[in-house]
Amino acid sequence: MTLGEKIIARAAGVQSVKPGEIHTIDVDYLMSNDGTTHLTIDMFHNQVKKPRIADPKKLVFIIDHNIPAENPKTAAAHKKMREFAKEHDIDFYEGEGVCHQIMVEKYVKPGQFIMGADSHTCSYGALGAFGTGIGCTDFLYAMVTGKSWVLVPETLRFELTGKFREGVYPRDLILTIIRDIGANGANYKVMEFGGEGAHNLSINDRFVLCNLAVEAGAKTGIVEPDEKVTAYLKEHGREGGDLFLPDADAVYEKVYHYDLSQIEPVVAKPDFVDTAVPVAEVEGVEIQEAFLGSCNNGRIDELRVAAEILKGHKVSEHVRFLIAPASRDVYLQAIDEGLVKTFMEAGAMMMNPNCSVCWGSCQGVIGEGETLISTGTRNFKGRAGHKDSKVYLANAAVVTKSAIAGHITNSL
Amino acid sequence: MKEFTGRVWLLPDDVDTDIIIPTEYLALPTVDDMKQYAFSPLREDLAKQIKPGDIIVAGKNFGCGSSREQAPEIIKHLGVACVIAKSYARIFFRNSFNNGLLLLENEHLYDEIKEGDTITVKDGEVVANGKSYPVPAIPQNLMEILEAGGLVKAMQKRNGIA
Amino acid sequence: MGHTLIEKIIMRNTGKASVKAGDIEIVKADRVMIHDIFIPFVADKFHEMGFTKVWDQDKVVLIYDHLVPTSAVEDVRHFQKGDAFVEEQGLTHVHRSDGICHQLMPEMGYARPGDIVFGTDSHTTTYGAVGCFSTGVGYTEMAAVLGTGEMWVRVPKTIRVNINGKLPKGVYAKDIILTLLGDLRADGATYATLEFHGDTVDAMSVASRMTIANMGIEAGAKAALFEPDEKTAAFSKVDYDSVKDLKADPDAVYDKVIDYKAEDFVPVMACPSKVDNIHPVSEVKGTSIDQVFIGSCTNGRLEDLQVAADILRGKHVAKYVKLIVTPASRSIYIEALEKGYIKDLAEAGAIITQPGCGLCCGRACGILTDGERVVATNNRNFLGRMGTNKVEIYLASPATAAMSALTGTIAAVEA
Repeated sequence: MTLGEKIIARAAGVQSVKPGEIHTIDVDYLMSNDGTTHLTIDMFHNQVKKPRIADPKKLVFIIDHNIPAENPKTAAAHKKMREFAKEHDIDFYEGEGVCHQIMVEKYVKPGQFIMGADSHTCSYGALGAFGTGIGCTDFLYAMVTGKSWVLVPETLRFELTGKFREGVYPRDLILTIIRDIGANGANYKVMEFGGEGAHNLSINDRFVLCNLAVEAGAKTGIVEPDEKVTAYLKEHGREGGDLFLPDADAVYEKVYHYDLSQIEPVVAKPDFVDTAVPVAEVEGVEIQEAFLGSCNNGRIDELRVAAEILKGHKVSEHVRFLIAPASRDVYLQAIDEGLVKTFMEAGAMMMNPNCSVCWGSCQGVIGEGETLISTGTRNFKGRAGHKDSKVYLANAAVVTKSAIAGHITNSL
Repeated sequence: MKEFTGRVWLLPDDVDTDIIIPTEYLALPTVDDMKQYAFSPLREDLAKQIKPGDIIVAGKNFGCGSSREQAPEIIKHLGVACVIAKSYARIFFRNSFNNGLLLLENEHLYDEIKEGDTITVKDGEVVANGKSYPVPAIPQNLMEILEAGGLVKAMQKRNGIA
Repeated sequence: MGHTLIEKIIMRNTGKASVKAGDIEIVKADRVMIHDIFIPFVADKFHEMGFTKVWDQDKVVLIYDHLVPTSAVEDVRHFQKGDAFVEEQGLTHVHRSDGICHQLMPEMGYARPGDIVFGTDSHTTTYGAVGCFSTGVGYTEMAAVLGTGEMWVRVPKTIRVNINGKLPKGVYAKDIILTLLGDLRADGATYATLEFHGDTVDAMSVASRMTIANMGIEAGAKAALFEPDEKTAAFSKVDYDSVKDLKADPDAVYDKVIDYKAEDFVPVMACPSKVDNIHPVSEVKGTSIDQVFIGSCTNGRLEDLQVAADILRGKHVAKYVKLIVTPASRSIYIEALEKGYIKDLAEAGAIITQPGCGLCCGRACGILTDGERVVATNNRNFLGRMGTNKVEIYLASPATAAMSALTGTIAAVEA
């Protein structure tokens, strides 16, 4: 079995599973954020005959998309969520950071099967868990019954070797992979990352890879867990879980090989994620806004990269550079390391931990004809604001250098 | 000043600029886009009910709060002929004359009439239900701005383009 | 016959030997301030009036603060209009994400003792803290000032406020100005200047004086002034000798004199939904709350963050209650980082935002909905100011706000 198949088999309580089978599974956690929770709550009250929650301890509610609220409508959605969480004693976070970051910091264990009402739930593969995004109806069913069903997906294997060169980041790798296989190249499949190159990657780097799996259409992305996962859990006060590894005779739909030392810094062009080109091809494109943050690229590693570049520089007066740490813990560490001070002194704008510009509706909304360069997850048309605006995706170094230069660049 | 007559809308003491135009609508592109929301926190439908030539009679401290000039501009755009209040906030007072909106002051009118009454504004007085209410004269420099049709027109005159 | 401070400033500006309340005078603007909300209108009116060049490109300060960060697609239009005007006019003082205009004007030395400054915002009165006659104007008026460098003013009458003694524990400048507002009412100083004196005032920091001057407008005041002293000179980086004559004469004529004993003040709040609906905190103590906001040009300064950090250090905001902290300027944020206040507050669960107007201007950063209650340190609690008209806003000092965040109910620091 592949790594994903093993996790499904565990969750289904069976010996083995094969692609194409449908299994009923126990869900380890159900995560929902302020994007849709208010709708789920309405459905819970209006569509379920005897509304009850199978196990409130498996639910996690996180307000991260529009925090602090920018209008009474989102405030009302938050209020509904807060009161529901209070009534049913559900773990509840508001303003603590992006949901996926909080899940990985506080909940996820290897081998778990976790569903989240958000497409980037696929991030939890960083710790060797199976995380996948679902809609409100699926969420409601799982919330009420504690179970869900899963169609066992095919697996694509990504065999990684080598190490990144200086100035190249996991974000460049995943954007390159998505370009190579296409935005639907992993549709309903599991992207399994392994090999010596994968074990060289930190948990943060693995998070970056798995998080964007959905942008290739994948059901999830999972990196083979190893002692780095165990160490991460320990650092965050947890232990246990099942560190599954794929069998030697696991069946893959396809195997891809990537040598990390051959990866170049890339930029994904508007309006699709699978459009990565070498930075040089878009060098000089003028920008009005830059964003460093999101569940993909808002952790301490990326903040360090940005701070190192910003030292002794000022953000261009024609660029609004917004920085949003992925969580409160990241923010506190960034304070301790002096990064926040560097950002503020350089003229960047320091956002509270939240989805911020990546969600595009509450902070740093861009206007007609404007261009944004971002470490966020998506660059779809209108993602960050006006329908006639453009979003380029790049790594933290390129975003920071571009914010200083006023145009897209990887050199200062 | 030419005499005119209008129907009265009554508004209470301390009508602030956030009531006249809430902040959430301030970034709308034009005053015409905003005017439907005038007074909405206080009376949701009032903006739709006000007809050109109507008169607002209010209590004390009308227009207190922010310096947002959309407040008098919107009242002007709704076609309100003038506001008669017990007193006004300072910035609102300047902004109104700068936008050609006539403001008059009387201490008793508000307490003695009711909404829907028809009143007549003349030089130095307002006549309501057969009773005369004196209003103080407007200082000369303000009258000049008002007569020019607002400060923009007055400045255009100064710059020789009107 | 002697002169009040406002008369002295206007005399200094006009070169006249004497002016008195009620006179109409043409004054020269030492600086003007325009913020992001109004710059498109100012620029349009300026052009419509037939002007081509501002009277002095170095005396115009443009500050983006209400729309920072943007929360709607149209917000950017204000920056585009503003940037175009900067380019066209060669403006030299532009702040695009450095904090609230009223903090930056005195902090950056744009508004100094004895200056006359106009701004497109009602809380321009704040600079009275450094003995500057500053007041809010509309965008049409601002367009005319940009073209001419002048504006007519009617010399205001002055209400003198004397405060002497030592403030009790848990009582701050905010409690003083709120108490005064309750006594004067929302129109009690309309078209007047408030002039503050007394040893309590002398002992205050410039930041605390800013809190008081900031809210002068809430009583309708045209200006709220403090005589510049050595502290002011140090803050404004001017030579004290050059401003020491900016004092009211002993025989100045006042419209009214109000005396307060500092010892009589208690922590108070402006209860919904009028700034002059003042009650002692003890009267509303225990009322449950949903959110707390510490920030704004009234109370977003270092000393305010310090008070909050001292209360919250090592503790945590009550469950299900949000505390939003918005430092008033970039330099305050940095200083608060250095002093550890940002970390203290963040560890206690506060949501720290980018400096700007934030929730106070009701466009983003913590909007509320029907049935919610907020304790806030800003200057207005008008109906609908922070969301729907069924949101209850209580205005208070940062100490009361922090205590309320800690307990989840309205609470003040106990004496």
